[in-house]
Amino acid sequence: MFTEMMDETNLLSSITALMKKACTVLPDDVHRALSLAYAGERKDSIACETLGMILQSAALSAEAGLPVCQDTGVPLVFVRAGTVPDMSAVETAVRRSLKTLTEAGLLRHNCVDAVTGKNTGDNIGPHVPQIHFSPTDAAATVGVMFKGGGSENVSAQYSLPCPELDAGRDLDGVRKCILDAVFRAQGKGCAPGILGVCIGGDRASGFLIAKEMLFRRLDQRNDSPVLAGLEDTIVEQANSLGIGPMGLGGKTTLLGAKITAAGRHPACYYVTVSYSCWATRRAAVELDSDGRIAGWL
Amino acid sequence: MALKTVSSPLSPEIARSLRVGDQVRLSGRIVTARDEVHRYLASGGAPPVDLQGLVIYHCGPVAVQEKGIWRVTAAGPTTSMREEPYEARVIRSHHPGAIMGKGGMGENTLRALQSEGCAYLHLTGGAAAAVARSITRVEDVYLLEFGLPEAMWVLHVKDLPALVTMDSTGRSLHRDIERDSQENLQQILRRPFNSAEGT
Repeated sequence: MFTEMMDETNLLSSITALMKKACTVLPDDVHRALSLAYAGERKDSIACETLGMILQSAALSAEAGLPVCQDTGVPLVFVRAGTVPDMSAVETAVRRSLKTLTEAGLLRHNCVDAVTGKNTGDNIGPHVPQIHFSPTDAAATVGVMFKGGGSENVSAQYSLPCPELDAGRDLDGVRKCILDAVFRAQGKGCAPGILGVCIGGDRASGFLIAKEMLFRRLDQRNDSPVLAGLEDTIVEQANSLGIGPMGLGGKTTLLGAKITAAGRHPACYYVTVSYSCWATRRAAVELDSDGRIAGWL
Repeated sequence: MALKTVSSPLSPEIARSLRVGDQVRLSGRIVTARDEVHRYLASGGAPPVDLQGLVIYHCGPVAVQEKGIWRVTAAGPTTSMREEPYEARVIRSHHPGAIMGKGGMGENTLRALQSEGCAYLHLTGGAAAAVARSITRVEDVYLLEFGLPEAMWVLHVKDLPALVTMDSTGRSLHRDIERDSQENLQQILRRPFNSAEGT
Protein backbone atom coordinates (compact mmCIF):
# COMPACT_ATOMS: atom_id res chain seq x y z
CA MET A 1 0.00 0.00 0.00
CA PHE A 2 1.39 3.37 -1.00
CA THR A 3 1.41 5.88 1.79
CA GLU A 4 0.21 8.67 -0.47
CA MET A 5 -2.82 6.68 -1.55
CA MET A 6 -5.99 8.17 -0.20
CA ASP A 7 -8.35 5.92 1.71
CA GLU A 8 -10.94 4.92 -0.88
CA THR A 9 -13.67 4.25 1.66
CA ASN A 10 -13.32 7.78 3.00
CA LEU A 11 -13.27 9.20 -0.50
CA LEU A 12 -16.44 7.31 -1.44
CA SER A 13 -18.36 8.46 1.63
CA SER A 14 -17.17 12.05 1.13
CA ILE A 15 -18.33 12.14 -2.49
CA THR A 16 -21.64 10.48 -1.64
CA ALA A 17 -22.25 13.04 1.12
CA LEU A 18 -21.30 15.86 -1.26
CA MET A 19 -23.71 14.65 -3.94
CA LYS A 20 -26.50 14.02 -1.46
CA LYS A 21 -26.26 17.54 -0.10
CA ALA A 22 -26.06 19.03 -3.58
CA CYS A 23 -29.30 17.39 -4.71
CA THR A 24 -31.33 17.86 -1.51
CA VAL A 25 -30.31 21.23 -0.06
CA LEU A 26 -30.53 24.55 -1.89
CA PRO A 27 -27.28 26.54 -1.42
CA ASP A 28 -27.69 29.21 1.29
CA ASP A 29 -26.90 32.12 -1.04
CA VAL A 30 -29.56 30.95 -3.53
CA HIS A 31 -32.04 30.53 -0.70
CA ARG A 32 -31.30 34.04 0.55
CA ALA A 33 -31.76 35.52 -2.94
CA LEU A 34 -35.13 33.76 -3.28
CA SER A 35 -36.24 35.06 0.13
CA LEU A 36 -35.29 38.61 -0.86
CA ALA A 37 -37.15 38.23 -4.16
CA TYR A 38 -40.21 36.96 -2.30
CA ALA A 39 -40.18 40.04 -0.07
CA GLY A 40 -39.78 42.29 -3.12
CA GLU A 41 -42.80 41.05 -5.09
CA ARG A 42 -46.26 42.55 -4.64
CA LYS A 43 -48.15 40.70 -1.92
CA ASP A 44 -50.77 38.22 -3.20
CA SER A 45 -49.41 38.49 -6.77
CA ILE A 46 -48.80 35.33 -8.79
CA ALA A 47 -45.05 36.08 -8.53
CA CYS A 48 -45.25 36.26 -4.74
CA GLU A 49 -47.30 33.05 -4.52
CA THR A 50 -44.90 31.26 -6.85
CA LEU A 51 -41.83 32.26 -4.84
CA GLY A 52 -43.67 31.28 -1.66
CA MET A 53 -44.31 27.82 -3.13
CA ILE A 54 -40.64 27.55 -4.13
CA LEU A 55 -39.41 28.41 -0.63
CA GLN A 56 -41.92 26.05 0.96
CA SER A 57 -40.97 23.16 -1.30
CA ALA A 58 -37.23 23.75 -0.81
CA ALA A 59 -37.73 23.72 2.96
CA LEU A 60 -39.70 20.45 2.72
CA SER A 61 -37.00 18.71 0.68
CA ALA A 62 -34.16 19.90 2.89
CA GLU A 63 -36.05 18.74 6.00
CA ALA A 64 -36.93 15.33 4.61
CA GLY A 65 -33.64 14.79 2.74
CA LEU A 66 -35.54 14.59 -0.57
CA PRO A 67 -34.50 15.92 -3.98
CA VAL A 68 -35.02 19.68 -4.38
CA CYS A 69 -36.45 18.97 -7.85
CA GLN A 70 -37.67 15.75 -9.46
CA ASP A 71 -35.39 16.57 -12.36
CA THR A 72 -32.24 15.68 -10.50
CA GLY A 73 -30.34 16.78 -13.57
CA VAL A 74 -27.10 15.62 -15.02
CA PRO A 75 -24.04 15.56 -12.78
CA LEU A 76 -21.11 17.79 -13.61
CA VAL A 77 -18.02 17.31 -11.46
CA PHE A 78 -14.98 19.55 -11.15
CA VAL A 79 -11.94 18.20 -9.34
CA ARG A 80 -8.85 20.18 -8.41
CA ALA A 81 -6.11 18.04 -6.99
CA GLY A 82 -2.40 17.30 -7.01
CA THR A 83 -1.39 13.66 -7.03
CA VAL A 84 -3.80 12.73 -4.21
CA PRO A 85 -6.51 11.65 -4.74
CA ASP A 86 -5.66 10.20 -8.12
CA MET A 87 -8.06 10.69 -10.99
CA SER A 88 -9.18 7.08 -11.31
CA ALA A 89 -10.00 6.87 -7.59
CA VAL A 90 -12.20 9.97 -7.90
CA GLU A 91 -13.89 8.64 -11.02
CA THR A 92 -14.65 5.32 -9.30
CA ALA A 93 -16.05 7.12 -6.25
CA VAL A 94 -18.22 9.42 -8.42
CA ARG A 95 -19.68 6.50 -10.37
CA ARG A 96 -20.35 4.45 -7.26
CA SER A 97 -21.97 7.41 -5.51
CA LEU A 98 -24.25 8.04 -8.49
CA LYS A 99 -25.40 4.41 -8.47
CA THR A 100 -25.99 4.44 -4.71
CA LEU A 101 -27.99 7.67 -4.77
CA THR A 102 -30.01 6.49 -7.77
CA GLU A 103 -30.92 3.25 -5.97
CA ALA A 104 -31.91 5.29 -2.91
CA GLY A 105 -34.40 7.30 -4.97
CA LEU A 106 -32.47 10.56 -4.61
CA LEU A 107 -31.47 10.73 -8.26
CA ARG A 108 -33.91 10.11 -11.09
CA HIS A 109 -32.92 7.83 -13.97
CA ASN A 110 -31.57 10.62 -16.16
CA CYS A 111 -29.29 8.91 -18.65
CA VAL A 112 -30.84 7.70 -21.90
CA ASP A 113 -28.93 5.88 -24.63
CA ALA A 114 -29.04 8.43 -27.45
CA VAL A 115 -29.30 5.74 -30.15
CA THR A 116 -31.61 3.09 -28.70
CA GLY A 117 -33.64 5.42 -26.47
CA LYS A 118 -33.26 3.01 -23.54
CA ASN A 119 -32.71 4.47 -20.10
CA THR A 120 -29.49 3.08 -18.60
CA GLY A 121 -31.22 3.14 -15.21
CA ASP A 122 -28.21 4.15 -13.13
CA ASN A 123 -27.18 7.60 -14.38
CA ILE A 124 -24.09 6.13 -16.00
CA GLY A 125 -23.60 6.02 -19.76
CA PRO A 126 -21.25 6.94 -22.57
CA HIS A 127 -19.50 10.20 -21.56
CA VAL A 128 -21.70 10.35 -18.45
CA PRO A 129 -20.82 11.51 -15.84
CA GLN A 130 -18.60 14.36 -16.99
CA ILE A 131 -15.67 14.83 -14.63
CA HIS A 132 -13.19 17.64 -15.19
CA PHE A 133 -9.80 17.51 -13.52
CA SER A 134 -7.35 20.35 -13.10
CA PRO A 135 -4.07 20.35 -11.21
CA THR A 136 -3.43 22.38 -8.09
CA ASP A 137 -0.75 22.65 -5.41
CA ALA A 138 -3.38 23.61 -2.86
CA ALA A 139 -5.72 21.24 -1.01
CA ALA A 140 -7.88 18.97 -3.15
CA THR A 141 -11.42 20.21 -3.85
CA VAL A 142 -14.40 18.55 -5.47
CA GLY A 143 -17.41 20.47 -6.75
CA VAL A 144 -20.60 18.89 -8.08
CA MET A 145 -23.55 20.42 -9.86
CA PHE A 146 -26.79 18.72 -10.85
CA LYS A 147 -28.18 20.71 -13.73
CA GLY A 148 -31.76 20.17 -14.87
CA GLY A 149 -32.79 19.52 -18.47
CA GLY A 150 -35.27 22.40 -18.74
CA SER A 151 -32.65 25.00 -17.97
CA GLU A 152 -30.12 23.23 -20.18
CA ASN A 153 -32.56 23.41 -23.09
CA VAL A 154 -32.82 27.21 -22.86
CA SER A 155 -29.05 27.76 -22.60
CA ALA A 156 -27.64 29.37 -25.73
CA GLN A 157 -24.50 30.30 -27.62
CA TYR A 158 -24.30 33.38 -29.85
CA SER A 159 -21.73 34.29 -32.45
CA LEU A 160 -21.04 38.01 -32.82
CA PRO A 161 -21.75 40.03 -34.84
CA CYS A 162 -25.44 39.10 -34.71
CA PRO A 163 -27.40 41.27 -37.16
CA GLU A 164 -30.82 40.05 -35.88
CA LEU A 165 -30.07 41.65 -32.52
CA ASP A 166 -28.04 44.54 -33.93
CA ALA A 167 -25.30 43.18 -31.68
CA GLY A 168 -21.69 43.97 -32.52
CA ARG A 169 -18.39 42.67 -31.17
CA ASP A 170 -18.35 44.66 -27.97
CA LEU A 171 -19.84 44.53 -24.49
CA ASP A 172 -23.06 46.14 -25.68
CA GLY A 173 -23.37 43.29 -28.18
CA VAL A 174 -22.74 40.85 -25.34
CA ARG A 175 -25.48 42.53 -23.29
CA LYS A 176 -27.97 42.17 -26.16
CA CYS A 177 -27.23 38.46 -26.57
CA ILE A 178 -27.64 37.73 -22.88
CA LEU A 179 -30.95 39.61 -22.66
CA ASP A 180 -32.19 37.83 -25.77
CA ALA A 181 -31.40 34.48 -24.14
CA VAL A 182 -33.35 35.49 -21.02
CA PHE A 183 -36.30 36.62 -23.16
CA ARG A 184 -36.33 33.41 -25.19
CA ALA A 185 -36.17 31.29 -22.04
CA GLN A 186 -39.35 32.96 -20.67
CA GLY A 187 -40.42 30.65 -17.81
CA LYS A 188 -39.19 27.46 -19.48
CA GLY A 189 -35.87 27.37 -17.63
CA CYS A 190 -37.70 27.71 -14.27
CA ALA A 191 -37.18 31.41 -13.59
CA PRO A 192 -35.94 33.18 -11.57
CA GLY A 193 -32.73 31.92 -13.11
CA ILE A 194 -29.03 32.34 -12.55
CA LEU A 195 -26.80 32.90 -15.57
CA GLY A 196 -23.28 31.65 -16.06
CA VAL A 197 -21.79 33.50 -19.02
CA CYS A 198 -18.55 33.10 -20.94
CA ILE A 199 -17.46 35.83 -23.35
CA GLY A 200 -14.99 34.41 -25.87
CA GLY A 201 -13.54 30.90 -25.84
CA ASP A 202 -14.55 28.34 -28.45
CA ARG A 203 -17.76 26.40 -29.11
CA ALA A 204 -16.86 23.78 -26.47
CA SER A 205 -14.95 25.74 -23.83
CA GLY A 206 -17.60 28.48 -23.84
CA PHE A 207 -20.26 26.22 -22.36
CA LEU A 208 -17.93 24.53 -19.90
CA ILE A 209 -16.57 27.83 -18.56
CA ALA A 210 -20.10 29.31 -18.46
CA LYS A 211 -21.26 26.35 -16.37
CA GLU A 212 -18.31 26.61 -14.04
CA MET A 213 -19.35 30.23 -13.36
CA LEU A 214 -22.53 28.87 -11.79
CA PHE A 215 -20.38 27.71 -8.86
CA ARG A 216 -19.74 31.34 -7.92
CA ARG A 217 -21.77 32.48 -4.96
CA LEU A 218 -24.44 35.06 -5.73
CA ASP A 219 -23.01 37.38 -3.07
CA GLN A 220 -19.49 37.13 -4.52
CA ARG A 221 -18.54 40.33 -6.38
CA ASN A 222 -16.78 39.91 -9.73
CA ASP A 223 -13.07 40.83 -9.47
CA SER A 224 -13.31 42.65 -12.79
CA PRO A 225 -15.04 46.03 -12.34
CA VAL A 226 -16.15 46.02 -15.98
CA LEU A 227 -17.72 42.55 -15.73
CA ALA A 228 -19.22 43.39 -12.32
CA GLY A 229 -20.89 46.40 -13.95
CA LEU A 230 -22.16 44.24 -16.82
CA GLU A 231 -23.54 41.70 -14.35
CA ASP A 232 -25.45 44.47 -12.52
CA THR A 233 -26.83 45.83 -15.80
CA ILE A 234 -27.96 42.39 -16.96
CA VAL A 235 -29.77 41.59 -13.71
CA GLU A 236 -31.45 44.99 -13.56
CA GLN A 237 -32.54 44.99 -17.20
CA ALA A 238 -33.64 41.33 -17.19
CA ASN A 239 -35.75 42.03 -14.14
CA SER A 240 -37.54 44.83 -15.97
CA LEU A 241 -38.65 42.46 -18.77
CA GLY A 242 -41.68 41.41 -16.72
CA ILE A 243 -41.19 37.67 -17.24
CA GLY A 244 -41.10 36.90 -13.52
CA PRO A 245 -40.98 33.66 -11.52
CA MET A 246 -41.92 30.70 -13.76
CA GLY A 247 -42.68 33.18 -16.55
CA LEU A 248 -46.00 34.19 -14.99
CA GLY A 249 -45.08 37.89 -14.68
CA GLY A 250 -43.32 39.83 -11.94
CA LYS A 251 -40.16 41.65 -11.00
CA THR A 252 -37.84 38.70 -10.46
CA THR A 253 -36.63 37.08 -13.67
CA LEU A 254 -33.00 36.61 -12.64
CA LEU A 255 -31.40 36.03 -9.24
CA GLY A 256 -27.94 36.73 -10.59
CA ALA A 257 -25.52 36.72 -13.50
CA LYS A 258 -21.93 35.53 -13.30
CA ILE A 259 -19.79 36.57 -16.24
CA THR A 260 -16.23 35.76 -17.19
CA ALA A 261 -14.08 36.08 -20.30
CA ALA A 262 -11.83 33.63 -22.13
CA GLY A 263 -9.33 34.27 -24.89
CA ARG A 264 -10.83 34.00 -28.37
CA HIS A 265 -9.67 33.37 -31.90
CA PRO A 266 -9.55 36.70 -33.81
CA ALA A 267 -12.28 35.39 -36.14
CA CYS A 268 -14.56 34.13 -33.37
CA TYR A 269 -16.54 36.06 -30.78
CA TYR A 270 -18.89 33.78 -28.84
CA VAL A 271 -21.22 34.68 -26.04
CA THR A 272 -22.26 31.54 -24.20
CA VAL A 273 -25.11 31.66 -21.72
CA SER A 274 -25.64 28.74 -19.37
CA TYR A 275 -29.06 29.21 -17.80
CA SER A 276 -29.60 27.64 -14.42
CA CYS A 277 -33.02 27.32 -12.79
CA TRP A 278 -33.95 28.73 -9.38
CA ALA A 279 -33.16 25.24 -8.10
CA THR A 280 -29.47 25.68 -8.79
CA ARG A 281 -27.93 22.68 -7.07
CA ARG A 282 -24.23 22.81 -6.40
CA ALA A 283 -21.92 21.97 -3.55
CA ALA A 284 -18.18 21.77 -3.13
CA VAL A 285 -15.82 20.42 -0.50
CA GLU A 286 -12.18 20.48 0.39
CA LEU A 287 -10.74 17.05 1.10
CA ASP A 288 -8.03 16.21 3.60
CA SER A 289 -5.22 13.82 2.71
CA ASP A 290 -7.28 10.88 4.03
CA GLY A 291 -10.19 11.62 1.69
CA ARG A 292 -12.37 13.01 4.47
CA ILE A 293 -14.31 16.24 4.06
CA ALA A 294 -12.09 18.96 5.58
CA GLY A 295 -14.68 21.65 4.97
CA TRP A 296 -17.63 22.75 2.81
CA LEU A 297 -16.81 25.53 0.37
CA MET B 1 -58.67 35.43 -8.90
CA ALA B 2 -61.11 32.77 -7.83
CA LEU B 3 -60.20 29.77 -5.69
CA LYS B 4 -61.80 26.60 -7.08
CA THR B 5 -61.84 23.07 -5.75
CA VAL B 6 -61.56 20.66 -8.68
CA SER B 7 -61.79 16.87 -8.80
CA SER B 8 -60.20 14.76 -11.51
CA PRO B 9 -61.76 13.36 -13.66
CA LEU B 10 -63.34 16.73 -14.52
CA SER B 11 -66.84 16.99 -15.93
CA PRO B 12 -66.98 18.78 -19.32
CA GLU B 13 -68.81 21.69 -17.65
CA ILE B 14 -66.13 22.20 -14.98
CA ALA B 15 -63.31 21.89 -17.53
CA ARG B 16 -64.93 24.52 -19.74
CA SER B 17 -65.63 26.85 -16.81
CA LEU B 18 -62.01 27.25 -15.69
CA ARG B 19 -60.53 30.68 -16.45
CA VAL B 20 -57.02 32.11 -16.61
CA GLY B 21 -56.14 33.36 -13.13
CA ASP B 22 -58.28 30.80 -11.27
CA GLN B 23 -56.41 29.19 -8.42
CA VAL B 24 -57.27 25.53 -8.26
CA ARG B 25 -57.03 22.94 -5.50
CA LEU B 26 -56.89 19.68 -7.42
CA SER B 27 -57.86 16.30 -5.97
CA GLY B 28 -58.49 12.91 -7.52
CA ARG B 29 -56.97 10.61 -10.11
CA ILE B 30 -54.39 11.96 -12.57
CA VAL B 31 -51.95 10.43 -15.06
CA THR B 32 -48.43 11.48 -15.99
CA ALA B 33 -47.33 11.68 -19.60
CA ARG B 34 -44.24 13.24 -21.04
CA ASP B 35 -42.29 12.94 -24.28
CA GLU B 36 -42.48 9.18 -24.93
CA VAL B 37 -46.12 8.73 -23.88
CA HIS B 38 -47.15 11.76 -25.94
CA ARG B 39 -45.40 10.45 -29.01
CA TYR B 40 -47.00 7.06 -28.42
CA LEU B 41 -50.52 8.47 -27.99
CA ALA B 42 -50.23 10.92 -30.88
CA SER B 43 -49.17 8.11 -33.21
CA GLY B 44 -52.33 6.18 -32.35
CA GLY B 45 -51.16 4.09 -29.40
CA ALA B 46 -53.97 2.96 -27.09
CA PRO B 47 -53.93 4.65 -23.67
CA PRO B 48 -53.55 2.09 -20.84
CA VAL B 49 -56.30 3.94 -18.94
CA ASP B 50 -59.31 5.89 -20.22
CA LEU B 51 -58.18 9.53 -20.31
CA GLN B 52 -61.67 11.06 -20.58
CA GLY B 53 -61.87 13.99 -18.13
CA LEU B 54 -58.56 13.12 -16.44
CA VAL B 55 -55.74 15.55 -15.79
CA ILE B 56 -52.71 14.72 -17.94
CA TYR B 57 -49.65 15.80 -15.98
CA HIS B 58 -46.31 16.56 -17.66
CA CYS B 59 -44.07 14.97 -15.08
CA GLY B 60 -41.33 12.41 -14.75
CA PRO B 61 -41.32 11.55 -11.05
CA VAL B 62 -38.55 10.17 -8.88
CA ALA B 63 -40.01 6.86 -7.72
CA VAL B 64 -38.68 3.97 -5.69
CA GLN B 65 -40.23 0.55 -5.17
CA GLU B 66 -40.19 -0.75 -1.63
CA LYS B 67 -41.61 -4.23 -0.94
CA GLY B 68 -43.57 -4.07 -4.18
CA ILE B 69 -45.11 -0.67 -3.40
CA TRP B 70 -44.16 2.41 -5.40
CA ARG B 71 -43.34 5.58 -3.54
CA VAL B 72 -42.94 8.92 -5.31
CA THR B 73 -40.39 11.16 -3.62
CA ALA B 74 -40.35 14.08 -6.05
CA ALA B 75 -42.89 14.96 -8.71
CA GLY B 76 -42.70 18.52 -10.00
CA PRO B 77 -43.77 19.46 -13.53
CA THR B 78 -41.59 19.30 -16.64
CA THR B 79 -41.55 21.83 -19.51
CA SER B 80 -44.87 21.42 -21.32
CA MET B 81 -43.76 23.03 -24.55
CA ARG B 82 -41.92 19.86 -25.59
CA GLU B 83 -45.33 18.20 -26.00
CA GLU B 84 -46.64 20.95 -28.29
CA PRO B 85 -46.24 18.83 -31.47
CA TYR B 86 -48.48 16.11 -29.96
CA GLU B 87 -50.85 17.67 -27.43
CA ALA B 88 -53.59 18.94 -29.74
CA ARG B 89 -53.98 15.45 -31.21
CA VAL B 90 -54.00 13.86 -27.76
CA ILE B 91 -56.68 16.30 -26.55
CA ARG B 92 -58.89 15.76 -29.62
CA SER B 93 -58.55 11.95 -29.47
CA HIS B 94 -58.84 11.36 -25.72
CA HIS B 95 -60.70 14.38 -24.25
CA PRO B 96 -58.79 14.91 -21.01
CA GLY B 97 -60.24 17.43 -18.53
CA ALA B 98 -57.04 19.40 -18.19
CA ILE B 99 -53.38 19.46 -19.13
CA MET B 100 -50.99 20.22 -16.28
CA GLY B 101 -47.33 21.21 -16.45
CA LYS B 102 -45.09 24.23 -16.46
CA GLY B 103 -44.15 27.01 -18.85
CA GLY B 104 -47.35 26.91 -20.91
CA MET B 105 -48.03 25.67 -24.43
CA GLY B 106 -48.47 27.06 -27.94
CA GLU B 107 -51.21 27.99 -30.38
CA ASN B 108 -52.05 24.46 -31.53
CA THR B 109 -52.73 23.31 -28.00
CA LEU B 110 -54.65 26.50 -27.24
CA ARG B 111 -56.95 25.87 -30.21
CA ALA B 112 -57.55 22.30 -29.03
CA LEU B 113 -58.34 23.56 -25.52
CA GLN B 114 -60.93 25.86 -27.10
CA SER B 115 -62.55 23.33 -29.37
CA GLU B 116 -62.61 20.51 -26.80
CA GLY B 117 -63.37 22.57 -23.68
CA CYS B 118 -60.19 21.87 -21.77
CA ALA B 119 -57.82 23.93 -19.56
CA TYR B 120 -54.11 24.16 -18.84
CA LEU B 121 -53.01 24.08 -15.20
CA HIS B 122 -49.66 25.52 -14.24
CA LEU B 123 -47.53 24.23 -11.40
CA THR B 124 -44.36 25.76 -10.01
CA GLY B 125 -41.39 24.09 -11.66
CA GLY B 126 -39.02 22.45 -9.22
CA ALA B 127 -41.53 22.45 -6.37
CA ALA B 128 -41.04 18.72 -6.32
CA ALA B 129 -41.41 18.03 -2.62
CA ALA B 130 -44.56 20.15 -2.33
CA VAL B 131 -46.22 18.24 -5.17
CA ALA B 132 -45.03 14.88 -3.83
CA ARG B 133 -46.67 15.73 -0.52
CA SER B 134 -50.02 16.15 -2.29
CA ILE B 135 -49.75 12.65 -3.79
CA THR B 136 -51.76 10.31 -1.60
CA ARG B 137 -51.36 7.12 -3.60
CA VAL B 138 -49.60 5.58 -6.58
CA GLU B 139 -52.36 3.52 -8.19
CA ASP B 140 -50.31 1.91 -10.93
CA VAL B 141 -47.68 2.45 -13.57
CA TYR B 142 -47.96 1.61 -17.28
CA LEU B 143 -45.64 1.76 -20.29
CA LEU B 144 -42.61 1.10 -18.11
CA GLU B 145 -40.71 0.15 -21.26
CA PHE B 146 -40.19 3.91 -21.76
CA GLY B 147 -38.14 4.06 -18.54
CA LEU B 148 -39.22 5.24 -15.08
CA PRO B 149 -39.49 9.00 -15.77
CA GLU B 150 -41.22 8.46 -19.14
CA ALA B 151 -43.72 5.83 -18.00
CA MET B 152 -47.41 6.61 -17.42
CA TRP B 153 -47.99 6.89 -13.68
CA VAL B 154 -51.54 6.86 -12.32
CA LEU B 155 -51.51 9.00 -9.19
CA HIS B 156 -54.05 10.17 -6.66
CA VAL B 157 -53.61 13.71 -5.36
CA LYS B 158 -55.28 15.80 -2.70
CA ASP B 159 -55.52 19.60 -2.64
CA LEU B 160 -52.72 20.14 -5.11
CA PRO B 161 -52.45 23.91 -5.71
CA ALA B 162 -52.35 24.94 -9.38
CA LEU B 163 -53.03 28.03 -11.47
CA VAL B 164 -55.10 28.14 -14.66
CA THR B 165 -52.90 29.86 -17.26
CA MET B 166 -54.66 28.78 -20.51
CA ASP B 167 -58.39 28.29 -20.91
CA SER B 168 -61.17 27.23 -23.26
CA THR B 169 -61.96 30.86 -24.19
CA GLY B 170 -58.60 31.01 -25.99
CA ARG B 171 -56.79 33.09 -23.39
CA SER B 172 -53.18 32.33 -22.49
CA LEU B 173 -51.27 34.11 -19.76
CA HIS B 174 -48.04 32.81 -21.34
CA ARG B 175 -48.84 34.48 -24.66
CA ASP B 176 -49.65 37.75 -22.82
CA ILE B 177 -46.35 37.69 -20.87
CA GLU B 178 -44.34 36.86 -23.98
CA ARG B 179 -45.90 39.75 -25.93
CA ASP B 180 -45.37 42.24 -23.08
CA SER B 181 -41.80 41.13 -22.38
CA GLN B 182 -41.02 41.34 -26.12
CA GLU B 183 -42.07 45.01 -26.07
CA ASN B 184 -39.95 45.62 -22.95
CA LEU B 185 -36.98 43.86 -24.54
CA GLN B 186 -37.10 46.04 -27.66
CA GLN B 187 -36.98 49.17 -25.48
CA ILE B 188 -34.16 47.84 -23.30
CA LEU B 189 -32.05 46.76 -26.29
CA ARG B 190 -32.17 50.29 -27.67
CA ARG B 191 -30.91 51.80 -24.41
CA PRO B 192 -27.36 53.10 -24.63
CA PHE B 193 -24.88 50.99 -22.70
CA ASN B 194 -21.71 52.29 -21.13
CA SER B 195 -19.36 49.51 -20.10
CA ALA B 196 -17.82 51.77 -17.45
CA GLU B 197 -21.16 51.92 -15.61
CA GLY B 198 -21.12 50.38 -12.18
CA THR B 199 -17.35 50.50 -11.87
